[in-house]
Amino acid sequence: MECTHCGLPVPAALVEPEADEQFCCNGCRTVYRVIQGYGLDRFYDLKDVSDARQAARTTDRQYREYDDPKFSELYVRPAGSGLRSVELYLEGVHCAACVWLVEKTPVLLEGVHEVRLDLGKSMARVTWDPARVNLSAVARSLDSLGYPAHPFRGVRVRDMRRKEDRALLIRIGVAGFCAGNIMLISFALYGGMFHGISDEFRNLFHWASLTISLPAVLWCAGLFYRSAWGAVRARTTHMDIPISLGILTGFLWGVFSTVTGRGEVYYDSVTLLIFLLLAGRWVQRNQQRRAADASELLYSLAPTSARLVVDGQVHESPLEAVLPGATVEVRAGDSVPVDGVVLEGNSSLNVALLSGESRPVEVQRSDRVFAGTENLASRLLVEVTGTGEDTRVGRLMKLVEEAGRRKAPVIRLADRISGWFVSTVLLLAAGTALVWWWIDPGLAVEHAVALLVVTCPCALGLATPLAVSAAIGKAARLGILIKGGDVLERLARPGRIVLDKTGTLTEGKSRLVQWIGDETVRADLAALERHSAHPVARAFVEGVEPSEEQPNAILEDARGGGIRGTVDGRHVVAGSPGYMRSRNASFPAWAEAALQEVTTAGLTPVLVSRGEEVLALAGIGDPVRQDSRSTLRRIGEAGWQVEVLSGDYPAVVHAVAADLGIDPARAHGGRQPEEKLDYIISAVAADEHAVVMVGDGINDAAALSAASVGVGVHGGAEAALSAADVFLTREGLSPVAELLDGARRTFKVIRLNLIFSLLYNLIGAVLAIAGRIDPLAAAILMPVSSLTVITLSYRANTFRRSRNR
Amino acid sequence: MNVVYILLPVALLIAVGYLILFIISVRKGQYDDTTTPAVRMLFDDDEKKKQDDSEQE
Repeated sequence: MECTHCGLPVPAALVEPEADEQFCCNGCRTVYRVIQGYGLDRFYDLKDVSDARQAARTTDRQYREYDDPKFSELYVRPAGSGLRSVELYLEGVHCAACVWLVEKTPVLLEGVHEVRLDLGKSMARVTWDPARVNLSAVARSLDSLGYPAHPFRGVRVRDMRRKEDRALLIRIGVAGFCAGNIMLISFALYGGMFHGISDEFRNLFHWASLTISLPAVLWCAGLFYRSAWGAVRARTTHMDIPISLGILTGFLWGVFSTVTGRGEVYYDSVTLLIFLLLAGRWVQRNQQRRAADASELLYSLAPTSARLVVDGQVHESPLEAVLPGATVEVRAGDSVPVDGVVLEGNSSLNVALLSGESRPVEVQRSDRVFAGTENLASRLLVEVTGTGEDTRVGRLMKLVEEAGRRKAPVIRLADRISGWFVSTVLLLAAGTALVWWWIDPGLAVEHAVALLVVTCPCALGLATPLAVSAAIGKAARLGILIKGGDVLERLARPGRIVLDKTGTLTEGKSRLVQWIGDETVRADLAALERHSAHPVARAFVEGVEPSEEQPNAILEDARGGGIRGTVDGRHVVAGSPGYMRSRNASFPAWAEAALQEVTTAGLTPVLVSRGEEVLALAGIGDPVRQDSRSTLRRIGEAGWQVEVLSGDYPAVVHAVAADLGIDPARAHGGRQPEEKLDYIISAVAADEHAVVMVGDGINDAAALSAASVGVGVHGGAEAALSAADVFLTREGLSPVAELLDGARRTFKVIRLNLIFSLLYNLIGAVLAIAGRIDPLAAAILMPVSSLTVITLSYRANTFRRSRNR
Repeated sequence: MNVVYILLPVALLIAVGYLILFIISVRKGQYDDTTTPAVRMLFDDDEKKKQDDSEQE
């Protein structure tokens, strides 16, 4: 049976034998009703059945904060004639039919002027009339269609980038225009080389080419001159230095020949070179941009609102409008939006992302809570002490920024080559001039110039960007998003890899890991725990296969570290050792031994009794990910030194390290975020090899940004993912091994590209020294060498999915 | 051959015209999103056809 809305299979328990329509979940049912209600059922015709299927998700959010003046100030912009517009990031957008449905919002709501969806980025631009409809209503109807909305935070940065992108595109267009038109004229000149041409027309064509090449050489290539000049002033080498040298020599010699009316011109080669290099840069930038965009969108998912309590009434308010001293409500399942002190309620918090501690932390009245933690069990009222930058997370994010700024840039292989490349070429040119001065003084300068032009490293300049952008594209298809091209070069040689524990090596969730003793109480306990929202209770419920008949469980009490109740008349008690002792449960000898065993394994023990006697012992812990062991083995075999750095208790960290076969001397526990940062900084300083940090939490973020390469794993905190150079959108640890392998292969491709382009340059240089280079030969050599590099880059099999899962 | 004196400027003039059109289209943001428009134009055409069909009936 397939879901009428999304096409996923319907679970047996939800199949309604009578109905025509079947749904896999409530989200799909709600969305289906809304779509039918507005007569938008054409959505289902458009939906490509072969498309990725995805169940709809709706929330019960009211989006009241969207109507707040503070929200408008932050995100909303005027759109002319009294209209407003806002950019929203929509969850759940996945196919062409989504575009159709989202853009039909004006049909649902009067006053919505237009909604435009960018499918690639899941960003919708909503234009509406504030006099006729509230933005919260727009957000609610998007939500009811299965697309929960989030305001997009990086509008200003994105606008700036968009401007840069457009400027570069115009540069490429102009350079292409110049190159194309000069090439047409050059055909006439090449014809003249073979069949003769009158001086009159030759001069006309030369002057025409000179005029057309002016915008390309003076404006489009300005990018190269600027970065070459910057490198010269900083006394470093850069690929743009030989490029600028080649362009300028070729152009100036052409001008000289044109004005004097004798000698060769190279306008065609020079402008084509500019066009190809700019296009190469564009390709690389677009690939890297994709990963950066994706990580910024993730950041938009972080909470932007808080539930403010004023006179007993709850209002949703933008986070920016919440001030210290106010009271906010945090419901179970929500993340805590502020730093504060608990005023009312008992609950347990998942602090794994903030501190790396895998065990949930119990909080009660007057305990401190921090932004970025997740409320697991029940509702809390919190008095705000700090928001935004004034929170623990905010201070950690400052560390992240500083660590990122201090990072030394990597000197790329191509740039290192360019140093001796320039000197070699200049020496060769001088040598050529000298030799020809002796043979025929009239040709000396001409052949030297020909050498400079033909060795202008077009393919060399394209070698790295193309190899890197092709590899980044392939990696993205494997769920590995790489933000910078130099990341791949840094990872080419093995060094040290430092992994966080909670959420990276392990799943980051409480689960039932060990069960010692009577199996029969397990189902009873699960039935009882079903009535409790405590995270440990959830671990029990998930750890037991749901049976056909649900026993009749009555929960009596679930406070103070334990739970008790009756299941089908049987009395069941479970809890921590302290709780059980206080209830006078009797401990058999095996239970004491098992307790010892479970505790040393780093697990949280839960004792279970029926009546007075303890019958079973459960170990609750954070299990190691399935693919951790095989991935670590592969990484180790590739020559990397594996280390663990965690904020969790040292005993737990050592237990996990021992389980995974990591040297205990290299497993460090109990590290605060600042200590993690210091550890990475000193590792980077001490070692010339790459230091890779892999993590998921806010506590790792600063270390991630200080490492040579930071890798954020799937499901991590948004802050950590935006600080990382690489982040994974695929579950598990095996993408890390794929990344290291892929980087090694990409580096090979880069090297191969460099070798081939140097080979072409060598051929060119030999021909030039022999005096055999004319503009036609130069114009043929250049594109052929570039084509070789393009083919090598895109044919290379750099990133592959690992087989052992 | 003297016709080149007219042909060359005319050809260039036409080319410059297209270059200007390109620059305008970039400035208007036609290249900002290259995925969605390809999908969106399919819907619009479909719907118009549907309306036309019903008008004919």
